[in-house]
Amino acid sequence: MTMQVEKLMHAVFFIAALVSIIAVALICIFLFANGIPAMREIGFLDFLLGQRWAPMNSPPSFGIFPMIVGSIYVTAGAIIIGVPVGVLTAIFLAKYCPAKLYRVVKPAIQLLAGIPSVVYGFFGLMVIVPFIRTYLGGSGYSILSASILLGIMILPTIIGVSESAIRAVPREYYEGAVALGATHERAVFATVVPAATSGILASIILGVGRAIGETMAVVMVAGNQARVPSSILQGVRTMTTNVVLEMGYAYGLHRGSLIATGVILFVFILMINLLFSVLKRRTNYGS
Amino acid sequence: MGARLKFSIETARRYPLSFVLKVLVVGSALLTLGALFFLLAYIIVNGVPHLKPSLFAWKYNTKNVSLVPALLNTLIIVGIPLIVTVPLGVFSAIYLCEYAKKGSKVVEVVRITAETLSGIPSIVYGLFGLLFFVIYLRWGYSILAGSMTLSIMILPLIMRTAEEALLSIPTSLREASFALGAGKLRTVFRIVLPAAIPGILSGVILGIGRIVGETAALIYTAGTVPRIPGSVFSSGRTLAIHLYTLSSEGFHTNEAFATAVVLLIIVLLINALSAGLARRLGGGN
Repeated sequence: MTMQVEKLMHAVFFIAALVSIIAVALICIFLFANGIPAMREIGFLDFLLGQRWAPMNSPPSFGIFPMIVGSIYVTAGAIIIGVPVGVLTAIFLAKYCPAKLYRVVKPAIQLLAGIPSVVYGFFGLMVIVPFIRTYLGGSGYSILSASILLGIMILPTIIGVSESAIRAVPREYYEGAVALGATHERAVFATVVPAATSGILASIILGVGRAIGETMAVVMVAGNQARVPSSILQGVRTMTTNVVLEMGYAYGLHRGSLIATGVILFVFILMINLLFSVLKRRTNYGS
Repeated sequence: MGARLKFSIETARRYPLSFVLKVLVVGSALLTLGALFFLLAYIIVNGVPHLKPSLFAWKYNTKNVSLVPALLNTLIIVGIPLIVTVPLGVFSAIYLCEYAKKGSKVVEVVRITAETLSGIPSIVYGLFGLLFFVIYLRWGYSILAGSMTLSIMILPLIMRTAEEALLSIPTSLREASFALGAGKLRTVFRIVLPAAIPGILSGVILGIGRIVGETAALIYTAGTVPRIPGSVFSSGRTLAIHLYTLSSEGFHTNEAFATAVVLLIIVLLINALSAGLARRLGGGN
């Protein structure tokens, strides 16, 4: 009797462990089965490299090149803004912050990660967009607004992963440098930070993943025009926002092309994840 | 450590580069905290004066823009995924930690898929939920479709925190239980799991936080109807979607600010809870 219960529960635990495999399989099957036929119908290259997105025209045209470019611009902007601030803040937390202050600062940064993306989007809509409209011109709905907002949103990701990478560097690196007469800054920046490079890179890649996948905050501030922008003050549409903007009323090939946009986004994310796990495996110091 | 934060003209003259780096480090930290406090203060200052009683009316209409239905929907959409995913995630972690053999291929694949799941953006979950639950299973825009989509979304989070909690339980506890003649199952449920509960709970709280803030995965699964649902098969918007629709319509900016305040208060409470739990966990060691 007891043996049977043991065996039964062993099976139950095993099946529970298989659920995440089943989930990934289902997600892949449903996305690809609905997206790939649409891509084939449009023409793979016409879809990826087509400059014109006009799904309601006749004949319609489904080129998502502007959205791919849009996603890349906005993500690059977020990285340019978020990475320096994030990495330096991580250095502050790991190497400067007194223990008492740390007990306040660390939860504050965790709170930054907990704020919902709609609240960020709303804040961007109310503060960043009008600011840019007033001081830099244009409508304010722009690559720049989205980049600033995403730059703030990826901070907790970058800070968290970078901080643990910096903390994982053996103390002897720092102590050796100081013993040789280096100042605190020189010891940190010339020995500790270089040793943590692959961890910091991993944090940046994770930040890229978050920025490229963010939807709601971007849709509220980026303007969403489906064309290749020529200045950072122009509006832009990303792959994520393309889906969320039009999925509500799309049908037929239009709907298929939106799902295909999701498929391309998914492939981007899979590549980013792969890169991240390769880098993370290299970060271990054997401790 | 405190000495490292002191700025003196003397050292600045002797080591100018070090001085500049220190300014950059401290400045960045101040910028990060400044962004957080500005955001919080801006929303609270603009939102609190608009927290009127009409906002908390039982029924929504375009005049009062009540957030109560959305709040109730949020509670339901937090509840169902937890009921579905917490047992699944914990059982799965039990298999990985207590049952699976070291170096097993299945474990390897489960880890990789869980990592993949945690990296998938919420809009892709939303698309999948629409294709699978809403269309293929014919549930329509419904609380159930939204809840199931979010169940998959928080699964890797629950799994990972439960696994970490189980791994942190010393082996000696299990050995002592076996030595007293307890079976594997009894050891897991009576000895290991109770000791791991605080860790599992912190994962649950993080999961609640993710669900409360979720929008993109819900718009095309749970839909945006601003009513208290009759059943799990009717559509209903959560608080986060409510804020999104209010701000994109643009007619109710004041109410949107007030809604954002309520959303922020919930997030702050969840964060305080998880920080408190983490402190108790850390204190126990």
